[in-house]
Amino acid sequence: MVSAQSDGKVLVDVQDLKMYFPVTGGILFQRKVADIKAVDGVTFAIKEGETLGLVGESGCGKTTTGRCILQLYKPTAGKVLFEGTDLISLSGGAMRRMRRRMQLIFQDPYGSLNPRMTAGAIVEEPLKVHGLAKGRELKEQASELLRTVGLNPYMADRYPHEFSGGQRQRIGVARALAVRPSFIVCDEPVSALDVSIQAQIINLLGELQEQFHLTYLFIAHDLAVVRHISDRIAVMYLGKIAEVADRKEAYENPLHPYTKALLSAVPIPDPLVEAKRERIILTGDVPSPLNPPPGCSFHPRCPYVMPRCSQVTPELKEVSPGHSVACHLY
Amino acid sequence: MSGPLLQVKGLSTHFFTQEGVVKAVDDITYNLAEGETMGLVGESGCGKSVSALSILRLIPNPPGRIVAGEVLFQGQDLLQMGDDEIRQVRGHRIAIIFQEPMTSLNPVLTVGRQISEALELHLKMDHKRALERSVELLNMVGIPDAGRRIKDYPHQFSGGMRQRVMIAMALSCDPKLLIADEPTTALDVTIQAQILELIKNLARETGTAVMIITHNLGVVARYADWVNVMYAGKIIESAQAGELYAAPRHPYTLGLLASVPRLDQPRKTKLAPIEGLPPDLSALPPGCSFRPRCPYAVDRCAVEEPPLLEVAPGHTAACWVDVRVAKKTAGVVHG
Ligand SMILES: Nc1ncnc2c1ncn2[C@@H]1O[C@H](COP(=O)(O)OP(=O)(O)OP(=O)(O)O)[C@@H](O)[C@H]1O
Ligand SMILES: Nc1ncnc2c1ncn2[C@@H]1O[C@H](COP(=O)(O)OP(=O)(O)OP(=O)(O)O)[C@@H](O)[C@H]1O
Ligand SMILES: [Mg+2]
Ligand SMILES: [Mg+2]
Repeated sequence: MVSAQSDGKVLVDVQDLKMYFPVTGGILFQRKVADIKAVDGVTFAIKEGETLGLVGESGCGKTTTGRCILQLYKPTAGKVLFEGTDLISLSGGAMRRMRRRMQLIFQDPYGSLNPRMTAGAIVEEPLKVHGLAKGRELKEQASELLRTVGLNPYMADRYPHEFSGGQRQRIGVARALAVRPSFIVCDEPVSALDVSIQAQIINLLGELQEQFHLTYLFIAHDLAVVRHISDRIAVMYLGKIAEVADRKEAYENPLHPYTKALLSAVPIPDPLVEAKRERIILTGDVPSPLNPPPGCSFHPRCPYVMPRCSQVTPELKEVSPGHSVACHLY
Repeated sequence: MSGPLLQVKGLSTHFFTQEGVVKAVDDITYNLAEGETMGLVGESGCGKSVSALSILRLIPNPPGRIVAGEVLFQGQDLLQMGDDEIRQVRGHRIAIIFQEPMTSLNPVLTVGRQISEALELHLKMDHKRALERSVELLNMVGIPDAGRRIKDYPHQFSGGMRQRVMIAMALSCDPKLLIADEPTTALDVTIQAQILELIKNLARETGTAVMIITHNLGVVARYADWVNVMYAGKIIESAQAGELYAAPRHPYTLGLLASVPRLDQPRKTKLAPIEGLPPDLSALPPGCSFRPRCPYAVDRCAVEEPPLLEVAPGHTAACWVDVRVAKKTAGVVHG
């Protein structure tokens, strides 16, 4: 939210990240073991205090990218630098200490909270694990955290099922904040919530970012929400980055045909605007990462496809300061 | 034929549960004309699906029961029909596309079998003709290589393709009314656009009336002629799409429109959420159900339920306050 890329210091630097999931057994693949190239050479940087929005269709590798950054998966290749330190090469102990600095907010406010723990206990747990508080102080900090995310501390004794979806997501946010992280991966934090509740959580995330000077990787598929919350946008398609640009540039001057189609697919809640809008309706389905099309993986659906597109994979290149695109048109 | 295709009058569907009576649908009335597309919007649990399922009498009993109302379809009350008669209407004159295509397709039957079965049953086609027609229908909804794909099972299709198969099935018997319950929520935006565009074009070609159920206000703006907004089991506002978006008159509609960021407008630093939570349908407050969250509420709202009244020609809203002139009152009751 803060347009403070002021000092422009890079906090998270992702370089040529790859995450391949092996496919073993099964009837089809008994002999040959294939790879799902969930993330296939992703490069981007997130500056301190900014929000990078990561968008793309289901299965394109957004969650996997986020989890690789947090070292919840061990990447197949590539580097993840956090304040210049390569996380992949860190020892177990050093990584554990580093983990405090980076947290995850999940998409699913139902599945991500332990149903047998009270809201208070859920928020206290990370404080205990990292030895940040105990005894009375523990209780006080937990109450304070609940208050920070807009819940009443008297709710600390309740169990997750006694909360609404939006309230549960607030508990998830409080849990992530408990250890005073500097970086949070927000994986579709509002997708499962009702429209009327989404705005509450988005505002909360914005306020917390200012208050605690947080850096966000904000994963979502709602481009209007991403525009609202992000300083820069990265668009993913089938494990690769298609385009990266500042918010304004990404929305006003999108270059990649996929970005254009994504934007045009977002309906605008105003029939008068909709009636006049130009639409790009893609044909075909999202391809499988198990068997991606050769060349540019978007070429079978691309309205501007050229012969080269099915042969040569386009590199991500900077076409104007801060605006990179992977497309043979540029 | 004269008069609207579908007339729903005073429809109420309640669930009788241990926690109490859930008034999922409570006295709703609306019309749908032939060839028209109606959008039914509202947040999760407000009764959209139950109201649609009630039309086809697909409410599980117990615990649910249609307790009042009439559903006149082409002049005939569906609620008074015998079981055989209503079965003839389902999937034939009124078709429904469910939210989750995998649960509504039979996993052990080929896609071709599922489409052709309905054709044989309702249109009395012979097997060969039904299969030919199935291929045509799959072609029409954009399934490549349809002649071969009719031998495939549902799990061999992607989510978007399954949804297209559902549409092909729904349209197979030339329904007069197509009910699409969140037809695209589970799909990606680009596939979502593809599917909705398909429904719209097919409906236009065949003159089918469509009811789109969704919580996405953008989808409604793009595809609906008419919009009904539901809150806590009731229709609280109803108008032509253009009118509803340009001049909303219920505070809930106003709140919904204000709470979503829009791609075509300058970015705001803050969104304007609707405070509080949706109500529990088995313990509704007296008066207006939206009052605890309403920034315009006045004393009267706590005691008297506002009726759905005409506020402009063809535009109805259920609110005691005129939001065009009213001031926001403080003191929204949270959660
Ligand atoms: N643990 C795993 N094992 C095998 N394959 C996986 C695993 N996790 C993800 N994948 C595959 O990797 C690809 C990318 O998945 P990922 O969850 O990152 O997508 P996503 O962009 O987050 O999608 P969504 O928007 O649906 O959440 C998918 O094809 C998925 O099936
Ligand atoms: N079988 C049932 N037993 C008890 N209550 C039910 C049953 N089915 C639905 N309800 C209740 O009826 C109300 C309306 O449900 P409905 O499915 O129509 O909501 P909806 O508006 O379609 O929501 P969504 O957007 O989540 O699909 C809900 O409060 C729900 O809990
Ligand atoms: Mg994901
Ligand atoms: Mg529903």
